[in-house]
Amino acid sequence: MLNATTIALIPLLPLAGFLVLGLFGRKYFKNSSGIIATILLLAATILAIYTAYGYFFEYGKVNGVYEKFIPLKYTWLQFSEGVSIDMGIMLDPITCMMLVVITFVSLMVHIYSLTYMKGEERFATYYSFLGLFTFSMLALVISSNVFQIYIFWELVGVSSFLLIGFYYDKPSAVAACKKAFIVTRFADLGFLIGILILSFYSGTLDFSALIQRLTTPGSAELSAALSSSFMGISALTWAMVLVFIGAAGKSAMFPLQIWLPDAMEGPTPVSALIHAATMVVAGVFLVARLFPVFALSAPDALRLVAYVGAISALLAAIIACTQTDIKRVLAFSTISQIGYMMFALGVSKYGGEGGLGYTASMFHLFTHAMFKALLFLGAGSVIHFIHSNEMKDMGGLRKYLPVTHITFLIACLAIAGIPPFAGFFSKEEILSAAYQNNMIIYWIALFTSGLTAFYMFRLYFGIFWNKAPSLKERAGGEAHAHGEGGFAMMLPLILLATGAAAAGFIPFGNFVSSDGKGSESAFHLQFSIAPVLFGLTGIFIAMWLYKKENNKPDIIAASMNGLYKSAWNKFYFDEMYLFVTKKILFNLVAKPAAWIDKNVVDGLVNATGNTTMFISKKIKGIQSGKVQQYAAYFLVAAIAVAVLFIYWWK
Amino acid sequence: MFTPGLYHILFISTALFFIGVFGFLTRKNLITILMSVELILNSVNLNFIAFNKYLWPDKLDGLFFTIFIIAIAAAEAAVAIAIIINLYRSHHSIDVDNAEEMKY
Amino acid sequence: MNLTLLILVPLITAIALLLMRNKQQVKWLALTGATVQLVLAFVLLFTYRNEVASGNAEQFLFQQQYDWFPSWYISFHLGVDGISVAMILLTAFVVIAGVLVSWNIDRMPKEFYFLLILLSFGAYGFFLSLDLFILFFFLEIAVIPKYLLIGIWGSGKKEYAANKLALMLMGGSALVLVGLLGLYFSNPERTFDLVKLSHLDIPVYIQKICFPLLFVGFGVFTALFPFHTWVPDGHSSAPTAGSMFLAGISMKLGGYGCLRVAAYVIPEGAKEYADIIIVLSTIAILYGAFATMMQKDLKYMNAYSSVSHVGFVLFGIGMLTKTAITGAVIQMVSHGLMTALFFAVIGMIYERTHTREVNEMGGLLKVMPFITTVLFIVGLCSLGLPGLSGFVAEVTVFMGAWEHPDFFHRFATILACMSIVVTAVYILRAISRTAMGPIKESYSNLTDARWNEKLAAIILIAGIIAIGVAPFWLNNLISPGAEIIMQKFSVAP
Repeated sequence: MLNATTIALIPLLPLAGFLVLGLFGRKYFKNSSGIIATILLLAATILAIYTAYGYFFEYGKVNGVYEKFIPLKYTWLQFSEGVSIDMGIMLDPITCMMLVVITFVSLMVHIYSLTYMKGEERFATYYSFLGLFTFSMLALVISSNVFQIYIFWELVGVSSFLLIGFYYDKPSAVAACKKAFIVTRFADLGFLIGILILSFYSGTLDFSALIQRLTTPGSAELSAALSSSFMGISALTWAMVLVFIGAAGKSAMFPLQIWLPDAMEGPTPVSALIHAATMVVAGVFLVARLFPVFALSAPDALRLVAYVGAISALLAAIIACTQTDIKRVLAFSTISQIGYMMFALGVSKYGGEGGLGYTASMFHLFTHAMFKALLFLGAGSVIHFIHSNEMKDMGGLRKYLPVTHITFLIACLAIAGIPPFAGFFSKEEILSAAYQNNMIIYWIALFTSGLTAFYMFRLYFGIFWNKAPSLKERAGGEAHAHGEGGFAMMLPLILLATGAAAAGFIPFGNFVSSDGKGSESAFHLQFSIAPVLFGLTGIFIAMWLYKKENNKPDIIAASMNGLYKSAWNKFYFDEMYLFVTKKILFNLVAKPAAWIDKNVVDGLVNATGNTTMFISKKIKGIQSGKVQQYAAYFLVAAIAVAVLFIYWWK
Repeated sequence: MFTPGLYHILFISTALFFIGVFGFLTRKNLITILMSVELILNSVNLNFIAFNKYLWPDKLDGLFFTIFIIAIAAAEAAVAIAIIINLYRSHHSIDVDNAEEMKY
Repeated sequence: MNLTLLILVPLITAIALLLMRNKQQVKWLALTGATVQLVLAFVLLFTYRNEVASGNAEQFLFQQQYDWFPSWYISFHLGVDGISVAMILLTAFVVIAGVLVSWNIDRMPKEFYFLLILLSFGAYGFFLSLDLFILFFFLEIAVIPKYLLIGIWGSGKKEYAANKLALMLMGGSALVLVGLLGLYFSNPERTFDLVKLSHLDIPVYIQKICFPLLFVGFGVFTALFPFHTWVPDGHSSAPTAGSMFLAGISMKLGGYGCLRVAAYVIPEGAKEYADIIIVLSTIAILYGAFATMMQKDLKYMNAYSSVSHVGFVLFGIGMLTKTAITGAVIQMVSHGLMTALFFAVIGMIYERTHTREVNEMGGLLKVMPFITTVLFIVGLCSLGLPGLSGFVAEVTVFMGAWEHPDFFHRFATILACMSIVVTAVYILRAISRTAMGPIKESYSNLTDARWNEKLAAIILIAGIIAIGVAPFWLNNLISPGAEIIMQKFSVAP
């Protein structure tokens, strides 16, 4: 049954891990910390599955609708009547789904890291950070309050910062973690202001009350929010756009995508957990959480979501085709896939048949978590083996890493949308949702799915086929020694591969839908043919180009010189941002501010002091020390006073 | 016989006062300055006595004040000479221009 | 609870310190005194909460009143409400941390500790007094030790900094004095008593004259733009404990004064000038943040960021809503703890690396994990990470500010919100340059924190986390006081 303690324990167990390992790990659990954290997370995973099972199959459905439950709510900070930050738990289908995804992927990463991070000096710290992240992410998804989400939103941001910067003595990692934090922080500014606007108009921060007030047609709150406008756009639309900026920042959507590729400086399991499966989809989750408001009251904002999603999907896919660092390819693929989820939400309507996009988006989130985590962990195995991220150092690895090879292939097939793997089902739903609502986005999505298949198989063939390896010169001969990393690294790969292969058969629409009523997932043959064809084309092109070592890729790259170059340089977004921050903010705002402070404001203060000094210097001669001079002054003054009194003082 | 009136005496005392002031401002020798101060004090004494005698002959306030001032002048002279002697010991001179340590 | 105890303990400690013979005695006596203060502050907190819980609805609890100068109607009048309790707790935390951090001071330890404790004496008195004359008296007591602390134990341009600080603060208190006298002579009862004054109707034209005097006067203490320039020089030249006291306690004297004296006693004046306050504080918030970006010296950096953070206090006061004022007080407490901790950490780093230049450090995480962890925590608190106190304060201020529906307030709030990004930029720059990156050869055998430094950091971190994780207790403590202040503004926005 519904039990608040059980649910609260899910995030609290990783938190306990964070506190214990963070405070005492270095001293007392130097080697056992991994095991401790993994056991705690295993417990959390079991509780999460138990909760999700209970919700979906026992008590969740009331009169055929999946209800929202709030088993726990505690006032954390009261602002004014009705407006308060509460710490609470809200259970609904997407929460339960996310709980399972997060705990499961996190558990996989915990197990995987037991070997991957072995021998690391800050092993305990690593696990404590993982605990912090898992705690914040879990607490984020069970939030019952907008501000609660914001709080944990920031906390996942900081845990991501800490984990990206885990190799703190590497300057590139330091720069990357700073960048990730600052870019998302900038987006969070939008989120914060959005929350402020929402709270002002709805008079509450509580999700269920807020959604209800802002979606009931004719309610006082809604009409106030719609009628007041700024620059011709209603306050509510502004609020939702600002909230979406926050979401876009965290999910690395265009044009805030710049931080995610750099974030790959973190340890690979961390990339799998945070920058592929869980944290980066928080933006999608947020939009889904506020979906009724988007869909019913701010359709313009929703349209923005759709287009931003589509552009990100396409742009990232193009860039991914040119990158050579395998983790960066995966990072761009993540952006592209999250773009899918975003525009799926964007083209969705609330309830009924039109709500297909919502279901599809959540479904894709679910399947993507599986195969993308698998891809990253597989890439981790490769990197662990070869000690390099660059594709040019790889090739022919299928003989050395058989398990990795098979699981990686499954993941690639899944992401390329080849039946019967998980990605096929979710992508098919997304495409049919797009087809119903927006043809432009449909074609973008279709083209992108072809690109996806191409760059994923480029990666696959590049790593596992292509030229034969000569490992001795590259890895100094010791590469063979540790092989695939043993059971702890293989188990997660196998489990995730099972998920990536089978997750598609879950009748997702029954459980997750925009209005909770559930819908049959209809299978449309005509919508599945096109993406599969595109996917297969992409795969064959990749095979033709990359299966054997040859110079075709270089020729093609050379023939598309301009496009290739700009895609390789990520369309110069980094440079643009750098220009704005360095040249404009730094040189034109910060520098003058500091200069003004030093010279003008402080100058005035010093000028006051100096003027006083100057005057005193001028008049100090009067104090000559000569008694007779004093007497003369005295006399003159006395006479003057006397004259004054006699003649003017009548 | 010519009897001096109030104005005559006031004239003398004023003259005496300004001689004293002049001496005070121009002399460099501290003893002379002290003597000038005495002149100024005595001019005041003269004033007191003259006013007392000519304006309120039945009262004695002016006389009392005069005696008071003479007493003070004596004390003051004692203190001043003590200072001058000390000054002489430290500066080996009683020139007022040399004693200007107390400036800015 | 006898409030006089809170004043007497530091006074007695200070006097007893002068009688001590050697360094050991001095240190332990100072620590004992500080501990007693902390214990008393907690006793005050709990008795206050009990008293309120048992239904005592009086505005000021535990009042005590003795005649001091009856012919001028000056009385020694003490009393606390939630806001003062919060400030006293803050003072006690900072004092004990400051004493611990200066454990190894070599130069005239007796005099050093004497001045520290004397400063805390002034601060306690200031926060407790309900008579404006006494309040002013304690304010002045708190100024003088700073001058000596910087002038004698400081570093760098210490004489210049000490003079600048003392002169600017004295100028501020001169304005305060004029304002107080204005109030005194214009009220029919000729009283300095805060409670009585708050119930009198002071003519509006007097309020309009007195408010700027008092607000600017106290504002100088709180780094009101453009009277903030003593902050960077003063902080960076002061010894570690001096900076901690300066930023942690002394700047809060001003904020408390602005709130308790200026806004509370002179509501009409406050309404009149609220917009100007908002403009100035918004400038301070953003401009301080941008100026911080350019700093290379850690202490200068924290000093400028203090200007920015303390801007939120004045911003909250200027907003004149209950939530915003509550936020302002939370920000005072939060910033006090945070910035004290920041200066403590900077002091610890400086003591080891002998430099405060950010560019000369790097990779310190490797050799001093404890200190850099503290640096991380305090940095994250400064940039408003949830779970630490800074977030609670800023969010409360923003929520309070947003209660105004008009464009001017909205715009100011959005500008103020922007500072959270700029703050993130400079904090991360500083942290990554000092703690992260490759380590320098010469730093590779530095040592981590000693017990006293650890204890000081842990005490302050405990305060920061206690507010950040469970803000409701502080909020419940402060908001009734803010409510009463707000009642004075009859037309609540």
